[in-house]
Amino acid sequence: MTRLVIETRGLTKRYGGRAAVDDVDLHVAEGARYGFLGPNGSGKTTMVRMLLGLVYATRGEISVLGRPVPSRVAEVLPEIGAMVEGPAAYPHLSGRANLALLDASGPRRGRAGRRRERVEEVLERVGLGAVDRRPVRTYSLGMRQRLGLAGALLNRPRLLVLDEPTNGLDPHGIREVRDLLVTLNAAGTTVFLSSHLLAEIEALCTDVGVVDRGRLVLEDALDAVRGPTGRLVVRTPDPEAAARVLGRAVAERHGDTLVVDAAPGGPPALARHLVEHGVPLDGLAEQRRSLEDVVVALTGPGSDTARGARRNGARPDPTSGGIRR
Amino acid sequence: MIGVELVKLARRPRTWATIGLLCLLPTVVAVFLATTRISPPPGQGAAFLSAVLQSGSLYPAAALALVLPIFLPVAVAVVAGDAVAGESSQGTLRYLLVRPVRRTALLGAKLVAIVVFVLGAVLSVAGTSYVVGVSLFGAGDPVAVVRALPEVTGDDGGVAGTAPAGGPQSTSGPAGGQVGGSDASSSGGGQPDARDSSAVDPEAARERAQSSVSSLSGEALSPADLAARLLGAMGYVVVSMLGVAAIALFLSTVTTSSLGATLGALAALITSQVLVSLDAASSVTPYLPTRYWLAWIDFFRDPIFLRDITAGLWLQAGYVVVLMLAAWANFTTKDVTS
Repeated sequence: MTRLVIETRGLTKRYGGRAAVDDVDLHVAEGARYGFLGPNGSGKTTMVRMLLGLVYATRGEISVLGRPVPSRVAEVLPEIGAMVEGPAAYPHLSGRANLALLDASGPRRGRAGRRRERVEEVLERVGLGAVDRRPVRTYSLGMRQRLGLAGALLNRPRLLVLDEPTNGLDPHGIREVRDLLVTLNAAGTTVFLSSHLLAEIEALCTDVGVVDRGRLVLEDALDAVRGPTGRLVVRTPDPEAAARVLGRAVAERHGDTLVVDAAPGGPPALARHLVEHGVPLDGLAEQRRSLEDVVVALTGPGSDTARGARRNGARPDPTSGGIRR
Repeated sequence: MIGVELVKLARRPRTWATIGLLCLLPTVVAVFLATTRISPPPGQGAAFLSAVLQSGSLYPAAALALVLPIFLPVAVAVVAGDAVAGESSQGTLRYLLVRPVRRTALLGAKLVAIVVFVLGAVLSVAGTSYVVGVSLFGAGDPVAVVRALPEVTGDDGGVAGTAPAGGPQSTSGPAGGQVGGSDASSSGGGQPDARDSSAVDPEAARERAQSSVSSLSGEALSPADLAARLLGAMGYVVVSMLGVAAIALFLSTVTTSSLGATLGALAALITSQVLVSLDAASSVTPYLPTRYWLAWIDFFRDPIFLRDITAGLWLQAGYVVVLMLAAWANFTTKDVTS
């Protein structure tokens, strides 16, 4: 196993009697793009704040970049870029001035004369290179979000901890941020991203941790989570003929879509078999679990509703297999 | 970090608006005095005000007396109350802390920035009021003013310090100095008299005690001497504000509401002012933050009367140390959830 950048053991945070984070063992490998997924109010932000030493744990241990947090958090923070619960800036100052102040308050790194360079570089990276001297007060939410991201990039972090980084961005902006994170990740930055948006994590991450009411209910590689179900999905203009040909192999049938138990030989063999029997094909694919199926199965109703029955394990919803995505 | 805090202070429009308003009040008062030439009657108005008509070069002292009771503490409480709570409610606190800025360093830098603000405010008030005073009243003979000050009577701890917001009054012009001079020994005798009536009206009794003026030395103040005394008074006023700053800064680490911290500090000050003027509370009076606020006037006695000044410095130092420790203990152990 590769080196762990973030590791927690039995991490618990109680506010009053309620556990916001409950006995969480988190493992984020170096170089990963880790998606920390959970509904609002499930303890994601508290978790992020504990990793950064802003909130102190009630119980449990945290290790970030190999050092214990919060006792030695000051040593690791210079290597971390973070965005916690939305961006924040001094509203009467420009974006540039805000970044310059943030840069100046950090640990001394290089000459102050290079500050302008650093600030311009991160502004460029987040697409704010052309921003003028308007105060942040006049910025749109999307611009503020980009500014927050720029601040997180100031110390060329080895680890990026981002809490809901695409909030308030338009689809174009979301795509840009995603591309930026992939680029940074390719250059060696580990990305830890928390979100309540399935699609965002599915589109970006290599690993996923699912949190529900403070507990980590799943932690795995995204590819493993979205593994094949062992069935194939067949789409055809002539479902009657296909059903006749395949007989008892058909597990389910929805309109012109059939879910078929995989036969030896996989999709090519099935395709040949169907074509040989004169069944026209629109599409044929392996059925995979979607992240959504897994998460819904694991977490049940949202944390703000009454306690729902929790099912064990992930069972795929047949209607949402493979080809729908 | 201190540099960053100073830049933040300097680039904040509020800082300059506050200092501008602080300078405006003495200027307005000076304009009224100069156009009407009516000085406040004895026993009313701020210290030195009745005397500045004779000597504009002492107007900075009068200006300090004008802003000290309310304006300056309010300004300090606003800035100090906002120091941590403002960052917190704005959300910038979490970004500073993950930069990382150590919490202790942040608190220290905030305190330094507040001190610089008070210093700047007092210097600005003194500077503008000197210019205004000299240009409106002329640079008269400052010795007259020194004569007009009330003498410290008995072991009361200095009447100047005990006075409430209105401040001790120099009750007479230069002529009053001579009248008071013949009365110098009788001020001790006047004490029982004041005590008697204090049951009925402590305020009036206090005022009567204060109104006994004495002729101090008649030597003229050289400009250098005057400047030194002014600087001493300004320094003392700055230190007097540190207690307020410490109270507000401590509250600022407790709440995320700047307004709450500011109003809390002001409430503490008003309580202190009320208790200082309450004879029934005399057992706690020496420990109240505003107890020695007006001791800066002692810089204009001849010789400079140091007892209350020293006590005031120690008292403020105590408040700063205790409250900053409390602020530190609270801030370094608290969850930053804003």
